[in-house]
Amino acid sequence: MFNYVPMIPRPFLYFSPSTEEEALALLKDYKGEAKILAGGMSLIPLMKLRLVSPSYIIDINRIENLSYIKTEGDKIKIGALTRYHDIERSELLKRILPILCETASWVGDPQVRNMGTIGGSLSHADPSGDMGSCIIALRGELVIKSEDKERRIGIDNFFVDTFMTALQPNEMLKEIIINFPKEKSGGAYLKLERRAGDFAIAAVATQISLDNKGICSYAGIGLTAVGPMNLRAKKAEDFLLGKELNDKVIEEAAEIAASEAKPMDDPLRGSAEYKRAMVKVLTKRALKIALNRARGG
Amino acid sequence: MTTTATKAEVKLYHIKVNVNGVDYEHDVEPRLLLVHYIRDVLGLTGTHIGCDTSNCGACTVILNGKSVKSCTMFAVQANGTKILTIEGLAKNGELHPLQKAFWENHALQCGFCTPGLIMQAYWLLQENPNPTEEEIRKGISGNLCRCTGYQNIVKAIMAAAKEMKR
Repeated sequence: MFNYVPMIPRPFLYFSPSTEEEALALLKDYKGEAKILAGGMSLIPLMKLRLVSPSYIIDINRIENLSYIKTEGDKIKIGALTRYHDIERSELLKRILPILCETASWVGDPQVRNMGTIGGSLSHADPSGDMGSCIIALRGELVIKSEDKERRIGIDNFFVDTFMTALQPNEMLKEIIINFPKEKSGGAYLKLERRAGDFAIAAVATQISLDNKGICSYAGIGLTAVGPMNLRAKKAEDFLLGKELNDKVIEEAAEIAASEAKPMDDPLRGSAEYKRAMVKVLTKRALKIALNRARGG
Repeated sequence: MTTTATKAEVKLYHIKVNVNGVDYEHDVEPRLLLVHYIRDVLGLTGTHIGCDTSNCGACTVILNGKSVKSCTMFAVQANGTKILTIEGLAKNGELHPLQKAFWENHALQCGFCTPGLIMQAYWLLQENPNPTEEEIRKGISGNLCRCTGYQNIVKAIMAAAKEMKR
């Protein structure tokens, strides 16, 4: 029997507001039944497979001023609708926070990065999302808006569970704020994949800073695809702080990070044991690269 | 039991697009995918549907200067945009340098992936007119070819880059 999976979504009502206020009003009116369409690189495949069938689609792509990368004081601000391609190519980010460009370059493939947005993928909260781990490593703060208020929330409180965030049905993600790293800083995003453009088997984001004496003064480690959501390797971060980073310390931190991962066996991308072992390898390598970059290498 | 909207609830949206220099206007259902609009409504069947899951890139078109997978976009999203498909590349019966290079370098066997690969290469060369072999391979990593092993595709794109600089 020919078992055809329908690739046409269920019908929905479509809105393409031209202002943020209009979009937020629609979100409030259709609370819980509306979905925001940003790049659509996750939402549309889910709709085509009919795993998700929202009654109302609010396309925010025609709203101006939601896509930007700028500095304000000692902070980088990225608009939620900023495309991965623009993050990957941003001269500003290459100078100040190159790990964002590196992470973006690993997302999907070029066509996906031409459409896909940073806010869309964070809001989608796929545990295999690359950018989530990077924002964890950078301790990003998210600006969330509803019709009546604006609030800020740290990335650790934003991810709640698989595909679940702290966003309420009437809220949308507006901006990502990241502090400038200290002077001697470096980061790296390493990803292991089955083939080009696939979701990660495992991936690790690391960002570190060194003080004048070469002692680790900041450590951020985010893990991709090895738990119910993007995870922070908190114990490994704490272990690195205040230490001079050498091979032995990095080896031990990588071991700790692997113990903090919560991978599951899966038929496509390997056993939990394999993924945990890869977290150790990737963390070790990423920390070494980050350290080298922090030292100006 | 799942419920679906009845026909009466279906609202059509008026869209205007410019495809390969020609203006079109249609009333479409919001759930109509851009690739179905291009193929079934406009009759431009050069753009192919391969995997229908945004993996293979056969449906790649240029939308407002950027390459996108038209199977993962709604036609309503393209309202007001300029689209270039494989049919828009040749000018006055003269093949585009990319088309010529694919032909001359035997960069296709069955040809199914070719329109998508050529459109992606078109975008790639606009972004980076001087790509290295590695940059080409990364640039076409969102397009699958099951025949060629990519070697001749990469060669063709390099040849076209050279030709287009002349």
